[in-house]
Amino acid sequence: MVEIPSGSADAVPTAEVEDVELYHPKSWWTKYVFSQDAKIIAVQYSVTAISIGLVALVLSWLMRLQLAFPGYFAFIDANHYYQFITMHGMIMVIYLLTALFLGGFGNYLIPLMLGARDMVFPYANMLSYWIYLLAVLILVAGFFVPGGPTGAGWTLYPPQAVLSGTPGGSDWGILLMLFSLIVFIIGFTMGGLNYVVTVLQGRARGMTLMRMPLTVWGIFTATVMALLAFPALFVACVMMLFDRLLGTSFFMPAIVEMGEQLQHGGGSPILFQHLFWFFGHPEVYIVALPAFGIVSDLISTHARKNIFGYRMMVWAIVVIGALSFIVWAHHMYVSGMNPAFGFFFATTTLIIAVPTAIKVYNWVLTLWRGDIHLTLPMLFALAFIVTFVNGGLTGLFLGNVVVDVPLSDTLFVVAHFHMVMGVAPILVIFGAIYHWYPKVTGRMLDDVLGHIHFWITFLGTYAIFFPMHYLGLLGMPRRYHELGDTVFVPPSANTLNVFITVMALVVGAAQIVFLFNLVWSLFKGREAGGNPWRATTLEWQTPQTPPAHGNWGKDLPVVYRWAYDYSVPGAAEDFIPQTQPASGGATREVVA
Amino acid sequence: MAVVLILVLLVVGSLLFHVLSPWWWTPIASNWTYIDSTLVVTFWITGVVFVAVVLFMAYCVYRFRHKPGNKAAYEPENRRLEWLLASGTAVGVAAMLAPGLIVWNQFVTVPDEAQPMEVVAQQWLWSFRLPGVDGKLGRSDTRDITSENPLGLNKNDAAGLDDVIVEGGELHLPVGKPVRVLLRSIDVVHDFYVPEFRAKMDMIPGMVTYFWLTPTRTGTFDILCAELCGVGHPQMRGTVVVDEAADYQTWLDQQQTFNQLLASGEQQPAN
Repeated sequence: MVEIPSGSADAVPTAEVEDVELYHPKSWWTKYVFSQDAKIIAVQYSVTAISIGLVALVLSWLMRLQLAFPGYFAFIDANHYYQFITMHGMIMVIYLLTALFLGGFGNYLIPLMLGARDMVFPYANMLSYWIYLLAVLILVAGFFVPGGPTGAGWTLYPPQAVLSGTPGGSDWGILLMLFSLIVFIIGFTMGGLNYVVTVLQGRARGMTLMRMPLTVWGIFTATVMALLAFPALFVACVMMLFDRLLGTSFFMPAIVEMGEQLQHGGGSPILFQHLFWFFGHPEVYIVALPAFGIVSDLISTHARKNIFGYRMMVWAIVVIGALSFIVWAHHMYVSGMNPAFGFFFATTTLIIAVPTAIKVYNWVLTLWRGDIHLTLPMLFALAFIVTFVNGGLTGLFLGNVVVDVPLSDTLFVVAHFHMVMGVAPILVIFGAIYHWYPKVTGRMLDDVLGHIHFWITFLGTYAIFFPMHYLGLLGMPRRYHELGDTVFVPPSANTLNVFITVMALVVGAAQIVFLFNLVWSLFKGREAGGNPWRATTLEWQTPQTPPAHGNWGKDLPVVYRWAYDYSVPGAAEDFIPQTQPASGGATREVVA
Repeated sequence: MAVVLILVLLVVGSLLFHVLSPWWWTPIASNWTYIDSTLVVTFWITGVVFVAVVLFMAYCVYRFRHKPGNKAAYEPENRRLEWLLASGTAVGVAAMLAPGLIVWNQFVTVPDEAQPMEVVAQQWLWSFRLPGVDGKLGRSDTRDITSENPLGLNKNDAAGLDDVIVEGGELHLPVGKPVRVLLRSIDVVHDFYVPEFRAKMDMIPGMVTYFWLTPTRTGTFDILCAELCGVGHPQMRGTVVVDEAADYQTWLDQQQTFNQLLASGEQQPAN
């Protein structure tokens, strides 16, 4: 018998978890709209995040059209262009990726995967969603106010963010952006505390921490990080609001704007950058860690093999989470901060590559001697690995301080972060949706439409962002509304820009196939049954599919083994659910 | 099978693109060839890893894809293999980091003989200041900026009176002489970026940042702003001309000093 590292089947389950009395909805409104059921909240978060994500997608089309055909579309002037890039970036990072991974997948999967009836604070959980929706609405309001949304770039660097040379800087745009972020953080904190406490306190009997699926480890660690990182953004937003509205000078030194001396003085623009990136870098991993966790489970389930090196995978997640708090200034190598910092931050940044590489090795080693089913979730997982490895490796260029100097602020950076924290996590989101949609709706997503969606998305995004690195290497700067006459850029570079734009339009259009699939399969999809992927984890063992309010019927599940008992030698099937006791009377330990 | 083929083609395609594409860095015009070398080392190491991981994955999919009757192996851990891979990675990372830090040390250590010069940014143009015969730049302050004194020099600092002031347009630098480029902004964050020099640095209002370089070949190069500074960001252009010493001196002699600028400013109200 192979020794299982953690949670071997005969380990004694932890002490009795008292069952909880849930709020029972009394009307349609409290059941489906102001719902306290984490599963409904998860769907609300997901639908809202994907909807606002579509706005960001359209904005990216408009930017790409301008870059490929400068001046051809008259309405995409410089003001609009900068507003589009700002809103695109902010929406994708915060309002789509963070909200979808933590608010969407976190809400749906944490209680179900841990054998809980719901989150521990359902009312705060409900508030979390409605506050998030409010933040989204404030953000969108930016499009309709005088001056439009802010065009300061998603990094919102002062002083330009609050000056008149930037769209929305002296109008409503920047104010709404800051308000929206502040509201988002308040809402997120309510949800985030829920996720953390639920993981720590709400697990079923027998679900030790080291038996948790990696999905939960990823979301849990990311949430802890978010709770520590978002306050930095929060204070930065408040300080900038004070600078803009009350005339303080936190980030405002003496400035001559268009020949006129401003009243500010003594502030430090670079202080904002430190606060922003103290949030901003952990934010990358707040998006990446849930993706790491989820993709581990997708690979394991669809390769019918335990995740390779589970303990190492858990520790890698925790170590990456911890290290990500001491690497922030690698976004600031050319910011003018004391250059001696470069030595420290380059070293920490490259050290983070080691646990990250371990994760990649363990994913591909899970494939080794597996029984690989090329289902859509598996295809998306493979595509994720390719994209993530590519984007992660270019991170070694940008993290290595001196190599970053020529590449900083060029399209190389744009290509890098789109690969690593844009496309890669989104591929995981897609894989996860194909994987869990049957549990959420009871029906399978259509396979043919899924394959069309997969191939265009995977190869299309690679075709967009792989060549883009080379434009950056050439020296083409980012955040240029138009390149203008530039000696060092050959005309062929514009041909490449046109190609990238065409690919972006195609990839964007492929998402319509996906959306159609989501809606069509809801009514016409094949019946899924309770456990279509023959998976081990608890969410597939619910008495009903979709799971009812309270998840588990009369009795909470009891967990007897880790989440990865696939293809166990001697077992009748190629998976053993976590709820199945070890054969041979292992149930005696369960009796408390 | 299609998956395997596409993964392999993706690797081959990426390599071919890297080798054959016409888009590569501009011919260097400064002493920072070490930066380029470190970049090449990084390309090699990361390239090998990329190819190895994706091809290994393709092989796994080819060899272990599901067929009826197949069963996966059961192997939760392999500590030896895991530590071996982790150590190998650490070595690769060190191989990139070590030269990187050595070159960074050079980058941040300005040689004593480097001549100071100043770039001043504002929305959306470049100005320059070169030391006069005393070889020193005078003090400056954003608060001292007026229409007659666009760079905010301190009129009471004798070291500044002979400073050469170039508003907008064109900067000249002598070839082969190290320069310490001092960077100042009077409104928002900008970034002084000449692709051929490789070096770049943000310019922060309220502080003076710097980098150094030695121009190594004559020619005319674009100056771009590399930090978003408002709607005029892409139009914020300038030119730097690297000259032979004699040509540089000729150009320098034609420029006006701060003293001359003040004098012409005082004459105007009298007219």
